[in-house]
Amino acid sequence: MGELNLVVLVKPVPDPSCYDRIEIDPATGALLRQGMPAVLNPADKHALEEALVLKERFGGRVAMVSMAPDSASETLMEGLAMGADEACILSDRAFAGSDSLATSRVLAAGIRKIGPFDLVLAGNESADGGTAHVPSQVGELLGVAHLANVIRMEVGPGGSVTARTRIENGYIEVRGSLPMVVGVRREINTPRYTSLMGVMAAQGKPIRVWRSEDLGVNAAEAGMEGSGMRPGKLSRPDYRRKGEILKGSHEETVRRIVAILRAEGVLG
Amino acid sequence: MPDRKRALWAVAEQTRGKLASVTPEVLGQARRLAAEAGGCEVAAILLGKDVGALANDLLACGADKVFLVEDPALELYQNDTYGTVLHRLIRREQPEVVLFGATAVGEELAPTVAARLGTGLGAHCTNLALAPDGLLTMGVLGFGGRLHTEMFCPDRRPQMASVKPGMFPPLPREEGNGEILREEASALLSGADIRIRTVRIVKEEPEGMPLEDADVIVAGGWGIGGKENWRLLTELARELSGATGCTRPALDEGWTDGEHTMIGTSGKTVRPKVYLGFGISGSPHHTVGIKDAGVIISINSDPRAPVFECSDYCVEADFRKILPLLLSEIRRAKVPA
Repeated sequence: MGELNLVVLVKPVPDPSCYDRIEIDPATGALLRQGMPAVLNPADKHALEEALVLKERFGGRVAMVSMAPDSASETLMEGLAMGADEACILSDRAFAGSDSLATSRVLAAGIRKIGPFDLVLAGNESADGGTAHVPSQVGELLGVAHLANVIRMEVGPGGSVTARTRIENGYIEVRGSLPMVVGVRREINTPRYTSLMGVMAAQGKPIRVWRSEDLGVNAAEAGMEGSGMRPGKLSRPDYRRKGEILKGSHEETVRRIVAILRAEGVLG
Repeated sequence: MPDRKRALWAVAEQTRGKLASVTPEVLGQARRLAAEAGGCEVAAILLGKDVGALANDLLACGADKVFLVEDPALELYQNDTYGTVLHRLIRREQPEVVLFGATAVGEELAPTVAARLGTGLGAHCTNLALAPDGLLTMGVLGFGGRLHTEMFCPDRRPQMASVKPGMFPPLPREEGNGEILREEASALLSGADIRIRTVRIVKEEPEGMPLEDADVIVAGGWGIGGKENWRLLTELARELSGATGCTRPALDEGWTDGEHTMIGTSGKTVRPKVYLGFGISGSPHHTVGIKDAGVIISINSDPRAPVFECSDYCVEADFRKILPLLLSEIRRAKVPA
C-alpha cells in the first residue's frame, strides 16, 4: 500500500484541571470561561499518536483539522510539535452554536477540502461537552465506515483494518477497510511528548484558516440555524450534604461509623 | 404542522440474548415520560437473531408494543446494519421521541442514526422531562459533571436522546399484554451499505458483586497509594457484603479490579444505601456518580478535601489508621451476642 493521507480531528478545550472553577454569569446565565487556559483535548492526543505511528510505518501526511476560533493556532502548535504536518482551523462566526451534527458538517467539509483521505482519527469524546457523537457523525457525513470507542487498531497492507472497540465488560472485534473514521479511547496508546526539535520544527509548519465560504458551508448547515439542538438553562449541580465531622479518637470514630452502618441496616 | 403519531421509542440493547441492564431503565423512563405528557404510546425496538423471547421482557418492562427485527445479519451488533434498520423504521413510523441507553453501543448507534435523520441528539442525559406539547427537555452534564445544561430539539423530529445508565430506576415488572410486531428484516436491510463486519463480541462478566446491586460500596481513590492498601478496601467490602469502587486515578494506577468498578462521569452512577470513600479527594468527575447514594461517609487526611462538602459524615484522618480498626470493629459487631 502507498502512503497514507491521515486526518486527525482535534479540539482545544478549557483545561480539565480547571473545571472546579467553572462559573455561570448571574446576569446573562452564560458560562464564564475566563482564566481557563485552552489545551488540546486529551483524547485527541491519542488519535494524533495513532496517526503518527501509521505515518511512520506507511509514510504519508498527517493533517490536523479543528473547528475553533483563529486563536486556536496556539493550542494546535502542540500537535504540530508532536509531529503533525499541518493544521487547518475552520473558523467562522457562523459556526457558533453548532450542535454535534452541525459541527460534524463543518469538519467533514474541512476534510474534503484537504483532499482524498485514507483515515480520519479523533478522540472519542471531548473533555468539555463530551457528546462522543462527532466521530460517528463525521463518518456518516463523509459516507465511509466508522467506529467509536476504538482501543486497538491494525492497518494491513492493502488497507485492510482490524480493530477492537470497547464495550462494557468486553470488546467487539471488527474487520473493514480504509477509508474509515475512528474515534479512539485513551487505552489505545501513550501519546509521545513533544521534543525540543519538534517544537522548533513546528514553527515552520503551515496553519491554514478556512472560513465558511472557503468550505462551501452555508448558513443553514452550521451554527444555530444548522443545529437541531438548542441549549436552555445552565446550572451548577449542587451535590452538597450536611458534612458532619466525626470527632474524637480513632476508636470513637470507628464506633460511630459502625453505628451508622447498623442504623442503615447494612451490617447483615 | 402535520399531525404526528405521539409515540416514544426505546431502542433495546441485547448481547447474545441478554438484555443490557440499561434497557429496562430506558423503558421505565419512557413510560414515566408518556404519563407526564398525558399519555402516549411506548414502543421498544429489538434487533438481533433469535431474540424473540426478549420481546416479552420488554413488554413487562413497560412497552406497549415491540418492533421485533430478527435476522442472521443482525446477530452481532454493527453500526451499518443496526443503523440502517433503525433509520428506516423511524422514517416509516415517525415517533416523537427516540431514546437509547448511553452504553458503548448506544453511544455509537444513536449519533449514526441521528446523522442519517438530520435531527438533534442529547448525549448521556441524566434528566428527561416531556411537556404536554411533546417537547422533550434533555438534561445533560458537561465539564466533568460541573455544569448542567438543559437541551431541547424544538424544530426537528424525532427528538433523540441517549440516557446515562444508572440514572433512572426500572419499573417493577408487570406481565403486559402488549403487541409484538415482527418486521420483515430483509426489506429493512435491503441495499444497506455494510462496510464493517463484526467478527465477534467478547464479554466477560466480572467476578464479585456489581456496583449497581450493592447496598454498601467501599470506594478508594488516589490517596490509597498502592495495591497493598487496596486489599484492605476489598476486605472491608467483603466483610460488609458490598462492592469495591474506584476513581479514575486509582484505576489508572492499576490498583483496582478494572474499569467496571469505576464510579463517575466516565464510569458508573451508583445508589448504594451507604458509600464509604477512602483517600478520595472528591473531584466532580467522581462525586457526580455518588449523588444518589443514601449515606456518604468520607475518610480523608486533608480537611480541605472537596469530598467532605458532598458527604454526610466526614472523618479527617489517615485511612491507614481507620481502616484496620473499622475492619475489626465490624467483625466484632457481627458476632452474635
